[in-house]
Amino acid sequence: MSQELSEEEHTGHPTAGQYFRIAVILCAITAVEIGIFYLEVIGHWMIPILFTLSAGKFALVAMYYMHLKFDHNLFSYMFVGGFILAACVISFLILLFGVYS
Amino acid sequence: MSTFPISIPRPVHPTGIWGWFTTVDHKRIGILYGVTAFIMFLTGGVEAILMRVQLAGPELDIVSAAVFNQLFTMHGTTMIFLAVMPLSAAFFNFIIPLQIGARDVAFPRLNAFSYWTFLAGALMLKLSWIGGATDAGWFGYAPLTSVAQNPGTGIDFWIISLQILGIASLAASFNFIVTVINMRAPGMTMMRLPLFTWMSFITAILLVLAFPVITVALIELTFDRYFMFNFFNVANGGSVVLWQHLFWVFGHPEVYILILPAMGIVSEVLPVFSKKPLFGYKTVVLAGIIIAFMGWMVWSHHMFTVGLGAVANAVFTVTTMLIAVPTGIKVFNWLGTIWGGSIRFTTPMLFSIGFIAMFLMGGISGVMHAVSPSDAQQQDTYFIPAHLHYVLFGGAIMGILSGIFYWFPKYSGKMYSERQGKISFWLIMIGQNVTFFPMHFVGLDGMPRRIYTYADNMGWNFWNGVTTGGAFILVLGFLLVLDNIGRHWKNGEPAPSDPWDARTLEWSIPSPPPEYNFKEIPIVRSLDDWWATKQGGANKEVPASGGSEENGHDIHLPQPSYWPFVSAAGLLIAAYGVVFNDLLIPWGLAAIGLTIGFVGVYAWSLEPVNDPEEEDSTH
Amino acid sequence: MAQEHAAPIHGKDEGTTTGLSHRKMLMWAFLGSDCMFFGSLIATYLVYQGKSLEGPLPIDVFDIPVTSISTFVLLMSSMSMVLAYSALTKNNMKGFRIWLISTAIMGATFIGFQVYEFSSFANHHVEIDCVSPGELTKYEQHIFDDGCSSGEAHAESHEGLKPQTNLFGTTFYTLTGFHGAHVTLGIVWLLSLLLLSFKKGVITPEKNLDVDLAALYWHFVDVVWIVIFTVVYLFGVFPGF
Repeated sequence: MSQELSEEEHTGHPTAGQYFRIAVILCAITAVEIGIFYLEVIGHWMIPILFTLSAGKFALVAMYYMHLKFDHNLFSYMFVGGFILAACVISFLILLFGVYS
Repeated sequence: MSTFPISIPRPVHPTGIWGWFTTVDHKRIGILYGVTAFIMFLTGGVEAILMRVQLAGPELDIVSAAVFNQLFTMHGTTMIFLAVMPLSAAFFNFIIPLQIGARDVAFPRLNAFSYWTFLAGALMLKLSWIGGATDAGWFGYAPLTSVAQNPGTGIDFWIISLQILGIASLAASFNFIVTVINMRAPGMTMMRLPLFTWMSFITAILLVLAFPVITVALIELTFDRYFMFNFFNVANGGSVVLWQHLFWVFGHPEVYILILPAMGIVSEVLPVFSKKPLFGYKTVVLAGIIIAFMGWMVWSHHMFTVGLGAVANAVFTVTTMLIAVPTGIKVFNWLGTIWGGSIRFTTPMLFSIGFIAMFLMGGISGVMHAVSPSDAQQQDTYFIPAHLHYVLFGGAIMGILSGIFYWFPKYSGKMYSERQGKISFWLIMIGQNVTFFPMHFVGLDGMPRRIYTYADNMGWNFWNGVTTGGAFILVLGFLLVLDNIGRHWKNGEPAPSDPWDARTLEWSIPSPPPEYNFKEIPIVRSLDDWWATKQGGANKEVPASGGSEENGHDIHLPQPSYWPFVSAAGLLIAAYGVVFNDLLIPWGLAAIGLTIGFVGVYAWSLEPVNDPEEEDSTH
Repeated sequence: MAQEHAAPIHGKDEGTTTGLSHRKMLMWAFLGSDCMFFGSLIATYLVYQGKSLEGPLPIDVFDIPVTSISTFVLLMSSMSMVLAYSALTKNNMKGFRIWLISTAIMGATFIGFQVYEFSSFANHHVEIDCVSPGELTKYEQHIFDDGCSSGEAHAESHEGLKPQTNLFGTTFYTLTGFHGAHVTLGIVWLLSLLLLSFKKGVITPEKNLDVDLAALYWHFVDVVWIVIFTVVYLFGVFPGF
């Protein structure tokens, strides 16, 4: 999908059509997620796969719909900083509670 | 559309009391913050004295056990949330725009909202003494805060007022983050920012990341108490340890939120009174950033005795010891700054030097209980209050006192009495050591913290008596400080614009600064630009004290507004409505308060910062 | 907030140090902070995952197809929002208003789904045929053991899932409820902008910052849901998690 979108990287702002294409990709990923979910053969691989897919959706919305890709880096630092810290706190708490129980 | 309250006329340069209610001037808001927080500091002091009187000898019965529990809880909460944080915020408000060469903060009305919201939270917390205040300790461990253990409204007041104070702190921090990034004068790069602004900036970042965690923890506790949720309900599988984790994920960054501004103040004062630039500016900035970063990795050292397991305890022992390194770097930088300088021992300088010594001692006892086996011995004894008072009183409060005297000429336009200031310094310096040092002894001797009395034969009588005596020396010291500030604010000698021969931009403008701060926005060419200018590096003129008002006529300043006050008032009403939710109509009061708050925010967002017509009519 | 810093596309502002708008920077700082808010709620949910003492559990109540539809609606509302902004910058006021309304409607639809979901969870009831119970979840097995021991034909439970029922109820309703509250606030914000857009000169292709900020908030609420959908719903029903 990055190939499809590479043209906008040079022209600045996405157009309405490109926003629409991103929406299609987002829906496709969601459909794949739900599809994978019902494929029980995947077993424990499901968690990393679903994680990756939803991270992809997250990144698409943040980069294109929220314009982080086109905006000043400062905005990305502010948002990604908060996001990474939140992810770390979640992981550490899960780890600590795993040890505790 | 036209029915919005936008048609209410704006306050136009109101005078007197209304001027204070509607002000958006960062300097006036700073003074409001400072005065309110100092009063709160005194109330926290009264609570401390009552505890010390009760503990002066064995088996005294001056206050009851129940009141004693409320005293130590309120003392801790007051000193952290109502005294040290807002005293720092007072300096953020007054000093940061002046240090970066700005005319105001980025969001003047949001700034006013922060203050009024802080006041609402402060009033709510302190007024909860009527009818029984919170008594579960300042960190409110579950299940002491559960309805079963604590059915009164004290905990509810504590929860809700902390939420309100959180809103105030968050709003202020967003404001200062944007102000520091986006309001700097031309040439004021990040690596030319004065140290106090740098440390405050880091504090604000820590705050916006740490406060949401306590917000969530308090929401969970609220739901447990009001709606019988199961977050901390062990009977349904809940874990009381989760509260401790969430609280300290917030609580440890909070410790740095308390100390970093004081470190910034000290880093301003030492170079000025040593007549030397700060030793290793970049290192001090970097150390501050590292402290802020590592502050997130140490929280469980508050929970060594919970039983997290050997691995977790070992990891947090190591990270906690590591965080002493950037702090140590700062101490060496401060020493390097004084080294070989031509030192003037003024009151702020004395407090700053006192800060280094006291904070160092607190830091060392901190490393002692960073070792988790050693901490098992110290946990919940008086050793812990000894440590935390060395860092928060000897550290944060001494730093803030240094700032109070250092910037006194700037915010009051007057000079304080140096002699009285020095006497108060020695009283406070001696008083705190007499008060807090013996706590180490009784702590290691096994005296638990938070007991309302002790038996005669425990061997703790002497040192407890000494501690109480020390507390009264502190009272004397603070009365002198109060008298010094109060009397000289009114009748002191007028201060010149730059009484200390200082280095940063706030001293390049008259004392007190005019409403518009800078007649012309300065152009910054170097670190310590004002010092460089005075050394003949540039052609800036030194303005005379008390610049004339006429010069500021063309400068557009943000106009006063009612709405921040109205929004905060709505929040206060809603907060009382949550605590007394069964008054008349269930949740009725809360709904009324929220409506008022909502109307306030709406009117605020529809009101332009500068009303062009009003602007014309005033000149 | 007022329009003083409203500036052309992307909230550029000449009067500031970085050239960026104050308000847009505030918005991003707020969103970074809000990450920690939802992070703490999600952490609470995950820490208590599988620690409930009794049912119903996620596998008993979740209906993935229904939630998939509401997830789809919220994703589409994000597209609609970005198209509204795009139309505004191209001075297409009519298109702007249509996309804005459709965003709000889709947001309201999402909330409608959530209300339906909450009430169906709260009224969740189980009926088990004691003779041929089929494949049972742990919770259903429990009801089966309780209700079928004395030779009854049916075993049933009308307990449902309430926040007070177990840790799952407590953490689930709190997390998704706060997300729903964010969406509701977003709808109010969008409708306010819609009203304002009829006032002359308040929202124009040049003064688009108010819409830009509302859009950022809206997309943020969307990405939070992306996380919740995967972590709470899909992982919740997945037996190995």
